[in-house]
Amino acid sequence: MTTTTDDASLPAAEDDGLRKEGPGAPEPRPSGDPFDQDDLPAPPGATLALLFSLLAPMRGRVAVAALLLVVQQVAMQAGPLLVAYAIDSGVPAFRDHDYGPLVAVAVGYALCSVGAGVLQYGFIRATARINQDVLLELRGRIFRHAQALSIDFHERYTSGRLISRSTTDVESLRELLSEGLQELIGVVLSFVSIAVVLLWLDLGIGAIATLSFVPLYLMVRMYRRRASVAFTARSTAIAAVIVKFAETMNGIRPVQAFRRERSNDAAFTELNTRHERSNGDAILEMARYVVGSRLIANTAVAGMVLWGAYRVAEGTLALGVLAAAVLYLRRLYDPIDRLGMFLNSYESAAASLTKIAGLLAQTPNVPETDHPTELPPRSGDLPGREVVFDGVRFAYRTGGEVLPAFDLRIPAGRTVAVVGSTGAGKSTLAKLLARFYDPTEGRVLLDGTDLRDLSTAELRRGVVMVTQEAFLFSGTVAENIAIGRPDATREEIEHAAKAIGAHDFIAALPDGYDTDVRKRGGRISAGQRQLVAFARALLANPSVLILDEATSSLDIPGERAVQRAMDTVLHGRTAVVIAHRLSTVEIADRVLVMEHGRIVEDGAPAELIGGTGRFAGLHRTWRDSLS
Amino acid sequence: MPKMPAERTDRSAVRSLLRLWPYVRPVRVRLFTAAFVAILASCLGLVIPLVLKWMVDGPVADRDPGGVWLGALYLLLLGIAEALLFGFRRWLVARPLAGVEAAMRADLFRHLQRLPVAFHDRWASGQLLSRGTTDLMLLRMFLAFPLTFLVVNTATILVGFVLLFAQDWTLGLVLLAPAVPLVILCSLFETKYSVVARRAQDQVGDLTTVVEESVLGIRIVKGFGRHRSQARAFKALAHRLRDTELGKARLLAGIWALITAIPELAIGAALVLGTIQVADGTLSAGTLVAFLSTALALRWPVESIGFLLAMSQESATATDRYFEVMDVAEERGAVAGREGAPATASGMVFEGVAFRYPDADPDSPPVLSGIDLHIRPGETLALVGGTGSGKTTLTALVPRLHEVTGGRITLDGEDIATMERSRLRELVSVAFEEPTLFSATVGENVTMGAADADEEQVRRALSVAQADFVHELPQGLDTEVGEQGLSLSGGQRQRLALARAVVGEPRFLVLDDPLSALDVHTETLVEAALRKVLARTTAVVVAHRPSTVMLADRVALLSGGRIAAVGTHQELLRDNAEYAWLMSGAGSGGADGPVAAPRSVGAFDAGHGPGHDDAAPHPAAPKSAPAQQVPAEEGSAR
Repeated sequence: MTTTTDDASLPAAEDDGLRKEGPGAPEPRPSGDPFDQDDLPAPPGATLALLFSLLAPMRGRVAVAALLLVVQQVAMQAGPLLVAYAIDSGVPAFRDHDYGPLVAVAVGYALCSVGAGVLQYGFIRATARINQDVLLELRGRIFRHAQALSIDFHERYTSGRLISRSTTDVESLRELLSEGLQELIGVVLSFVSIAVVLLWLDLGIGAIATLSFVPLYLMVRMYRRRASVAFTARSTAIAAVIVKFAETMNGIRPVQAFRRERSNDAAFTELNTRHERSNGDAILEMARYVVGSRLIANTAVAGMVLWGAYRVAEGTLALGVLAAAVLYLRRLYDPIDRLGMFLNSYESAAASLTKIAGLLAQTPNVPETDHPTELPPRSGDLPGREVVFDGVRFAYRTGGEVLPAFDLRIPAGRTVAVVGSTGAGKSTLAKLLARFYDPTEGRVLLDGTDLRDLSTAELRRGVVMVTQEAFLFSGTVAENIAIGRPDATREEIEHAAKAIGAHDFIAALPDGYDTDVRKRGGRISAGQRQLVAFARALLANPSVLILDEATSSLDIPGERAVQRAMDTVLHGRTAVVIAHRLSTVEIADRVLVMEHGRIVEDGAPAELIGGTGRFAGLHRTWRDSLS
Repeated sequence: MPKMPAERTDRSAVRSLLRLWPYVRPVRVRLFTAAFVAILASCLGLVIPLVLKWMVDGPVADRDPGGVWLGALYLLLLGIAEALLFGFRRWLVARPLAGVEAAMRADLFRHLQRLPVAFHDRWASGQLLSRGTTDLMLLRMFLAFPLTFLVVNTATILVGFVLLFAQDWTLGLVLLAPAVPLVILCSLFETKYSVVARRAQDQVGDLTTVVEESVLGIRIVKGFGRHRSQARAFKALAHRLRDTELGKARLLAGIWALITAIPELAIGAALVLGTIQVADGTLSAGTLVAFLSTALALRWPVESIGFLLAMSQESATATDRYFEVMDVAEERGAVAGREGAPATASGMVFEGVAFRYPDADPDSPPVLSGIDLHIRPGETLALVGGTGSGKTTLTALVPRLHEVTGGRITLDGEDIATMERSRLRELVSVAFEEPTLFSATVGENVTMGAADADEEQVRRALSVAQADFVHELPQGLDTEVGEQGLSLSGGQRQRLALARAVVGEPRFLVLDDPLSALDVHTETLVEAALRKVLARTTAVVVAHRPSTVMLADRVALLSGGRIAAVGTHQELLRDNAEYAWLMSGAGSGGADGPVAAPRSVGAFDAGHGPGHDDAAPHPAAPKSAPAQQVPAEEGSAR
């Protein structure tokens, strides 16, 4: 979704405290699994540690920015002092034809005005630089970390959440940094500086001002507590609205085909009304804060004016001092509304940072080695390599065993088909070989080298996996194929596409290979996407190719084209093929039948078909279905 | 204090915002009251300096402590009144405006659900979602705050200047002087800023795309070891965004420096002049204090006008974005009394049906043309065709997810264009190629097919689809699935979608490759059960494989957007080369022979077949044929 325009750092003296709640933050459901909740467990203090680690390298620049702001505030707050001086010294001196003090006031005021402007300029630029560098670093960290995390993490942590971590959550930190931080520094500085000036002008007035901070502090604390409850309720409510909305729009075909419009209206209205209520609650919370803090502020102002005026009337205080004090008072409480807004930004950014910290605390459990070794040079002419599962056992970290310990050797250049019902462990076997997972015990060897000892680049020269879901990245068709080998020439790309039977449909697209897959006219069917995925794998030219249900959306000619390509282009490569369709099995040298994580049959296809085992049965059923 | 004219907002922006009126109307009384209250509160703020003046020139000058007390009391009362009025304003609009936001969102949702599928094909759901969330929140904000305060602050500034001029008109003029340069500078700034802001917005969009894709395509990124180059692409974009943001900050810093310095200079000038006047005795000290105090009180209203206008501009954009979608016409309802001979045939009849996507180039060939088919009551027709031949598109025409652009489709003699959509969709049940489950229980997902289905019917439908795994789920039929619930495998989802399609025992059934994700064993079981269901309904089944074709009584071969042949499986296998090729992957020569590569199919070898064009205007014409092939029944339509 698009983000809203940025008019950061424009001050909003009054605001309803709107926070942009992002999508993809599903409501937490009661369950023991942390993945079911939005928050991943982060070690205590990780949130602050994260914020600190982001800001620490900028210490110097933060100090400079703070200094700029302090001086700027001093320049801004000097005005009333000059007023006092003008009234108390300038006026009498002027009457005595001494223009010195007045000239001093004029020069002083001009310097302060220009100085405040220049310092303002410097401060905004300095903080923007800090903010942008922090965001750049954070975005990069999340991105790199998410990419480094293993597939099993991605399988449990849905893509929506990951996307909202790196978009809306970063966005809320951006808001805190660009508006909130400046506001907080500004608020604190102006409170402190004005209080100090007031104390210096007159002890009594200063004391009242300082005292008024106590009820204000209590007020702020109460608001924080109540607002965080209201905001949590609101963000939960909007998340539910977003989920319903997105789900309906993404599934519009079944929605319309099954006439769900009316019942959807009703369900949506319920969620929408819940959000409306909590939204109102949150806004009213802000209203209460504004009333409360204003009451305190205005009472304090009245008190101070009373004290000051009384003293002037008594003759113990100069009139100019009272005038200055009154002018300061007007500024003293200006920032309290903004303090409320800062608290809003802070609450929402803190929640986001906690979620990000939780994500960053996840350790990749398929890490890249620090001391990579190279694969040995290929033996013989054939491109394939030998694959060995050596005492491999795989269990989820939660304890469920998927594959009990087994040994398997696939000689170089062989094609092995793996069949079995859903949940038999076929895909897990494939993922172990692609090193999407690491085995719980044992080793997976490629020409005698443990996969864990290979660099990513070396591993991908060795093993490539084509899966059922053929995702296309935005860009042209050619670029999508070239993911297999970025330095490939157009000829090589077209050659790969031709070999797999994808050339014709690509050539028929509006701009051929240069058709943008996300633009108009780029209607590419599921089957066509799978062909592109194959061309990609072909171009990558790996030693070992894994096909995990990679032909499920292809029609029979498409499937045949793939098989033919494997016979020719991929000839001599080691291949592991997982398929429901037994037609694929025909090209295999060897068939493994899996059941409940175990290999229960293993042999040449003809041998197994001739026998009386499970594969023979499956094959008969399939044959019958073809007639 | 300079004054910036409030009427600088574009006319077009005003016109956009006026469209909000129908939604604002119900809460207009509260909104206007709130604006009035805000003006009142603001003016109270302006009265405070006058009280100060009275105190300084009166009791203080007269050394009258009693008067001082009275002045302080006035101040206290004014302060309390101001705080309460501020609160009252917020209270007045809080719930009504949350209501406006909710009403607009509900309308949007209601409207979007009823827009044609073709609309949703064009619009990414993220785009719609951002209209339903951020844009509407922005509009609520606009109504609560910039709208009110544009009025309030303008009024405050006017009143303030009246007070200033009343106190001392020369000093007033001094404060007013910088208004002209500031206005010019601000409008220059806004032009530049909006360009950069737009660029930043677009770059954020690009960055989000990279993030989304590298998450959604993580298996490919990892599978091909591409994470470094993804990270590089990301880094380059992130740096570009940073540079744009810094450019934005530079502009912002410049304008803020001016907004800070220029009015401050004017106040300084007024102070010097005022001091001289006080010294001359033409001005009282109290008046000077009050004057400066008023000027300071006007600081925020004046500074705010600039960004209030910016927010209004943004809100106008949000309004445009909202109505851009709301203005799209809802689907045509039933068309009464169509021209053409009344069809008498029962069953499902396609008469000269043609279709072209609404967003397609008008010169491009249509996706479907000249489709004539008659599926008799109780009959099942398999639809076979190469990748991209238009099978899925054809099935979408029956429940009117897309509208035919030529010809007509009748059900039991009734033109579907003349039927109420809801009735049509009650008659026709569909299972899609990509089985979508909604965030609801398994039971609810299945009964979507027929709201009044009883438990027995659900059980039967589940058993037809071999979806008995449902009973082993943690909460059985009440298990939550979908985005928020238990994730099911592709095969399990497909079986549930099938159960949903058959649960209501519909008159007409459209199945789009309903068994693609099932393993052989399950497929056989489903086929056996489905056969009984199909015997009682009129059905179209898109098929990729012989096993699915076997469910049908007859087969229609779709090729290049036309029906190339109709017959039984055996007939077509024998008589039609393209069909034989599609069903077995070969003519006679086996995998290695010179196989015909008919036009409409993703031919595997460009050397042998002509270019593939899935929307070819003429029927398939195999160029070369294996030895034993019999010419295809081109364009036959029975």
